[in-house]
Amino acid sequence: MAIPGSGLAKGLAVTLRTMTRRSVTAQYPDAQPDLPPRSRGVIALFEENCTVCMLCARECPDWCIYIDSHKETVPAAVPGGRDRSRNVLDRFAIDFSLCMYCGICIEVCPFDALFWSPEFEYAETDILELTHERDKLRDWMWTVPAPPALDPGAEEPKEIAAARKSAEKQAAAAAAAAAAAQGPDPEPAPEQPEGDA
Amino acid sequence: MNDVLDVILRLVAVLVAFLVLPLVVGQTEHKVMAHMQGRLGPMYAGGFHGWAQLVADGVKFAQKEDVVPADADRKIFQLAPAVALLPYLLVLIVIPIGPNGFVGQAIDAGLFFVLAVMGVGVLGSLMAGWASANKFSLLGGLRTAAQLMAYELPMLLAAASVAMAAGTLSLPGIVQAYQWWWTPWQIIGAFIFFTAGLAELQRPPFDMPVADSEIIFGAYTEYTGLRFALFLLAEYAGIVVLCALTTVLFLGGWHGPGPDSIGWVWTLLKTAVLAFLVIWLRVTYPRLREDQLMKFAWTVLIPLSLLQIALTGVVKVVIQ
Repeated sequence: MAIPGSGLAKGLAVTLRTMTRRSVTAQYPDAQPDLPPRSRGVIALFEENCTVCMLCARECPDWCIYIDSHKETVPAAVPGGRDRSRNVLDRFAIDFSLCMYCGICIEVCPFDALFWSPEFEYAETDILELTHERDKLRDWMWTVPAPPALDPGAEEPKEIAAARKSAEKQAAAAAAAAAAAQGPDPEPAPEQPEGDA
Repeated sequence: MNDVLDVILRLVAVLVAFLVLPLVVGQTEHKVMAHMQGRLGPMYAGGFHGWAQLVADGVKFAQKEDVVPADADRKIFQLAPAVALLPYLLVLIVIPIGPNGFVGQAIDAGLFFVLAVMGVGVLGSLMAGWASANKFSLLGGLRTAAQLMAYELPMLLAAASVAMAAGTLSLPGIVQAYQWWWTPWQIIGAFIFFTAGLAELQRPPFDMPVADSEIIFGAYTEYTGLRFALFLLAEYAGIVVLCALTTVLFLGGWHGPGPDSIGWVWTLLKTAVLAFLVIWLRVTYPRLREDQLMKFAWTVLIPLSLLQIALTGVVKVVIQ
């Protein structure tokens, strides 16, 4: 059985203790918030990677991505080859008054052209001004943080593994060629394997 | 001529204290309450940690339209804030700050005067509640009246105990007669006086008359602008008056280490500590229910205050 009134004293102690601690208020406009990695602030477009495949626009649940494009013909690279056609992006816009920040467009992009940026200060006074065009989206690309580092001991990413393998192959071939040219090798070196990735 | 100047100076000093101290308490409440809740409180107004927040609030209130509801009792409605505020100004005149006449105006029956006038302050809420022609205001006004009935009695009894101990009704006389062992002797009375005072000021946890989750803002629901600000000012002036009175009656006023010339510092310091306690209680405790409030007054405070009076009487007879 507790002493009568001990609960009241405990309450007073809690408030007094809280008063002596540092307050948790974030003084936002004066001090920038410390956002966690992968914060969903705004969607940035790396338009050099975009192939106008339209997957993002089609998957968007509220249809807030607008893409216009046209086809251009690229003349054949070698004589007798075929002319290629490629898509050229004319307009890429995201209406952030409709966007619900689900990130499906970023997930679905097969060419890594869309990224989350932690930038969040893009409020407007007119809802129409929330439709941001490709130049603005491209500018936001500069605010995209580097991807978080891999866990220690993790398997290295496929792209890097492939690039490293080919680089090693080339280096080995170059070393072998150098050895063949200098060393007192009685036999002529066999055909040089070209490092091809 | 000199007398006139003396009176004017004293009244001006009281008026300045009346206008400044409640704002200091209000600002302290802003900051203390914020930090007790892990916040910062006002930070912008005035530049340094929002020191001018209440000044800014006052400017805002002054700019607002002064609305009187169509069905309201116009005269009474407009008069109510003054009735709520002025009694505290009058009380402040007779509260002694330091020895040797450091008081607005010493009155022989000062304790009687103080308690009588403080009761008038509650009348302002009652007038506001009745004149607003609004059911929430009326409920708030009636709750105020019930609370006044319930808590005035233990407050009077606790004050009477001190008057018995000192053998005088004069506030400077009571402080003059104070001995350090009065505080443990009158500790029950001090608790009752302070608690009942909180209830009379409608401070949390006794703020059912303005319980915003039940009756919006009680008697002040229909008020806007300056008149509303006056009601708020009355609440904070009430805190100052209550804390100063508790200091004078139970904590020995200007008594403390050091010469008599710094006695006023002790009075103000004790008052400030009590004001902090008022804020602390507000932050810590939730509002009581209306019936709990009544039960607490009639079954706890009044018997306790009778006990205190009996104790005072017995000790008084024994030491004579």
